[in-house]
Amino acid sequence: MRYLPKSPADRELMLEEIGVRSVDEFFKAIPGEYRLNRDLKVPRQMAESEIIDYFRDRSQENAAGYSVFLGAGAYHHYRPVIIDALVQRGEFLTSYTPYQAEISQGTLQAIFEFQTMICELTGMDIANASMYDGSTGAAEAILMAMRVTGRDQSVIARTVHPEYREVIHTYLHHRGMPMHFVGYAEDSGEVDLDQLERAVTEQTACVLIQSPNFFGSIEDVEAAAEMAHRKGALLVVSIGEALSLGIVKPPAAADIVSMEAQSFGVPLGFGGPYDGVLAAKEKYVRQMPGRLVGETKDRNGKRGYVLTLSTREQHIRREKATSNICTNQALVALMSTIYMDVYGREGLKDLAKQNLAKAHYAVGEFARRARVLFPRGKRFNEFVVQTKEDPHAINDRLLEKKIIGGFALEKFYPELGNAALWCCTEMNSRAQIDAAIEAVQG
Amino acid sequence: MKPKSRKVSQHVTQNEALIFEKSSPGKKAYRLPPLDVPDVDAGKLLGEQVREDLGLMPEVSEIEIIRHFTRLSTWNYAIDLGMYPLGSCTMKYNARVNEFVARLEGLGNSHPYQPEKISQGALRIMKTLSECLCEITGMDVITLQPAAGAHGEFTGILLMRAHHESKGNPRKKIIIPDSAHGTNPATAAICGYEIINLKSSAEGMVDVSLLASLVDDTVAGMMLTNPSTIGVFEKDIHRIADLLHDKGALLYMDGANMNALVGKTRPGDFGVDVMHLNLHKTFSTPHGGGGPGSGPVACKKLLEPFLPAPVVTTRADGRLGFEYNRPQSIGRVRAFYGNFGMFVRALAYIFANGPDGLRQTTEDAVLNANYIRKKLDGIYDLPYKTGSMHEVVFSDRLQTQNGVKTGDIAKRLIDYGFHPYTTSFPLIVPGALMIEPTESESKEELDLFVDAMKSIAREVEEDPQLVISAPHDTRVARMDETTAARKPVLRWKPEQTNEARQSPKPELVETR
Ligand SMILES: Cc1ncc(COP(=O)(O)O)c(C=O)c1O
Repeated sequence: MRYLPKSPADRELMLEEIGVRSVDEFFKAIPGEYRLNRDLKVPRQMAESEIIDYFRDRSQENAAGYSVFLGAGAYHHYRPVIIDALVQRGEFLTSYTPYQAEISQGTLQAIFEFQTMICELTGMDIANASMYDGSTGAAEAILMAMRVTGRDQSVIARTVHPEYREVIHTYLHHRGMPMHFVGYAEDSGEVDLDQLERAVTEQTACVLIQSPNFFGSIEDVEAAAEMAHRKGALLVVSIGEALSLGIVKPPAAADIVSMEAQSFGVPLGFGGPYDGVLAAKEKYVRQMPGRLVGETKDRNGKRGYVLTLSTREQHIRREKATSNICTNQALVALMSTIYMDVYGREGLKDLAKQNLAKAHYAVGEFARRARVLFPRGKRFNEFVVQTKEDPHAINDRLLEKKIIGGFALEKFYPELGNAALWCCTEMNSRAQIDAAIEAVQG
Repeated sequence: MKPKSRKVSQHVTQNEALIFEKSSPGKKAYRLPPLDVPDVDAGKLLGEQVREDLGLMPEVSEIEIIRHFTRLSTWNYAIDLGMYPLGSCTMKYNARVNEFVARLEGLGNSHPYQPEKISQGALRIMKTLSECLCEITGMDVITLQPAAGAHGEFTGILLMRAHHESKGNPRKKIIIPDSAHGTNPATAAICGYEIINLKSSAEGMVDVSLLASLVDDTVAGMMLTNPSTIGVFEKDIHRIADLLHDKGALLYMDGANMNALVGKTRPGDFGVDVMHLNLHKTFSTPHGGGGPGSGPVACKKLLEPFLPAPVVTTRADGRLGFEYNRPQSIGRVRAFYGNFGMFVRALAYIFANGPDGLRQTTEDAVLNANYIRKKLDGIYDLPYKTGSMHEVVFSDRLQTQNGVKTGDIAKRLIDYGFHPYTTSFPLIVPGALMIEPTESESKEELDLFVDAMKSIAREVEEDPQLVISAPHDTRVARMDETTAARKPVLRWKPEQTNEARQSPKPELVETR
């Protein structure tokens, strides 16, 4: 087997030095009746070229070369090639969690830079080294708010990503932690603030909204914060499309921000691995889940970085830990870090503005042939189009033109009928947009 | 202080500031294509919601980014540089072909919501991997959704809970041995269970009679790591399973140590009801400086109705698809389908090995651990004499007589060119040195490691201060962790740069 660096003679020699006749001796602790005395029924050993052939075939059975108008929590943005060049350096790719600071300064400093940029972008004071993804990050944010407030109820906007809501439900319901869901305003697609105000009580640990929300509408974060704070609850803001922060005001009035940073240089990859981010106000740092990197000095006074405040974590605190998270998404966070460096202060703005312009153009064009819902909402790069025809039928027609159309909303929002969520990024050319709209006419 | 090792010599290491300290207005590492739709006035479209300024986000050029991260990378130790014997973490070789296939256009760049008919390749990969992992574990069904081991534990315990609930009562307690990883009790707690700490026997194993006295019908199940965290196979595994099953409780296995078992025995055959795998351990997906991972959960038929939705299913026309309609499901544990990129890599690993390679891998991993054990037994104290499988756990008992602790020995190992082993875990071994070589080490590398460990043991006798003050040859040494925790500095601010420039050892004049 080509990954194993031993010759048969090496093995013999080692067994001899250990003083056993055969490697079977080491497996004697396994009771005989449970020892597997046959080959596993998995495919036979393959050559590297065969492995590549297999996955090429699978890759060809999957979409390639389509223009994509899907967003809904996973965004098609350009990825600068230096990202993969750098993250494939073995020193990043094949290292473990940086517990041993002396030989992990590369990872540690990169995480520190990541934390800093996430703070700058979100308007929060602190950020952790990553969560699994935006959905689990949102669930952890709610649990964090519960620890901070000592309350166990949450108020959640129905305009939060439906799959995020499902994950949150999984995390909370078995512990009997009540969730109250709040609807949206029909003219703007924003959370219904009157309903929200009524739903928040003295038992509410937090309010969770998403901005831009699942319909693409930008929420009034300050108004929601006010309503939460008035009752002593926290405001958690979930961000699904990180690039919006290039041109949309950061949710600085929030107490905790949970973000999916996939847009920042992470491949779509059929849904993962992605990059969950958790950021918060400084005073909540002791309730933060996950790893945190801090700056300090070594014994010679030299600047360096360490994992810190680990008494929050499972390996020290066990059942009293802030979370059970151990492995996170470090390498994916590194992709995002590099991406944020490439675009930086001006580029994120320019790029976000291109997204805004493309979506604005598409909205104008769609409006000639169908109904674009939530006209009073302010949008970034997503919008909802209602058609006479079933969006699935439209999408089938689009597929023939190598176009993947919008996300049909009927499954999660039956009240919207034949509606689909469309997304336009810098990757969609005007010609593609025009071609897509043409098919909608039907 | 020159280490007496054939493995390392000193080399030049480049200094590198924070990226923010290289930033200045007007530098760029990007160029956008021209906009092909009419430009917009963001202020008009977004009104009060518009953002004008991105604060301290950096402005740098492409070459600076390349150098920045390349330099930082050289400050890391990695499997690609040498043995990484971090116990419980299974730091094995991460094959490059895995990275290559994961980036093929149709796999790396497909949208999770694209129609099923153009997702057949991805679905096929998920199905084939699922079948392989069920065969390897001896389980009936599996979910690939969990994003890491701890997330798999969460999923598995919720499956257990759903099973009990379907019988009318979720029950109250989970039994966890004192040798368990911290994620086990942390998981049981977030699943709403009370934890019963099971004291290990004198051999470091499950004390079966003690267990028998604890199991009753308030116990939902037990979380057991097998081989245990001291690298020993639980010989009474089936009695443990029977004891639990007799009272209607279930056995959860933490599969972090599957690298000792693949191809040799199957948890499904020895009584386990539900378990997680760490694809980033046993199945060679890269750890990447802390993640991503993937933590599939395999279980017996009785838990199938509760699996997270969606599951991959074969439709009447033979096509694959996602099945969402699962009324008894515990619900989703993650958006979309899990860390798909890791599924591709793990399956490529299985293909590269085949049944013979997988078995040989396990045997070599166990052989390597036993070789180290043999060579270091007596030089370091071996608290539990039971036979080792894929890892061996020593203690620092002999070295503490000279005031040297496991953490110091670990730091000294860095001077010898190795990543340290796991320190201070498992908790049942005070001053633990937990060593897991994996199958990826040659005899030569193991011999260098053994020499290093022996040499350090001699230093402990002759010059303990040398070990206590290690490492001596790294960029930074012995970080002030107390101040880091007491006055946390978790992000950069411009003031810090001014302060750093006045520090006693400015980066610019550092010499070695
Ligand atoms: C024994 C054991 N259990 C559980 C875990 C947690 O797995 P993960 O880090 O993938 O969440 C680990 C690894 O860190 C482990 O070693």
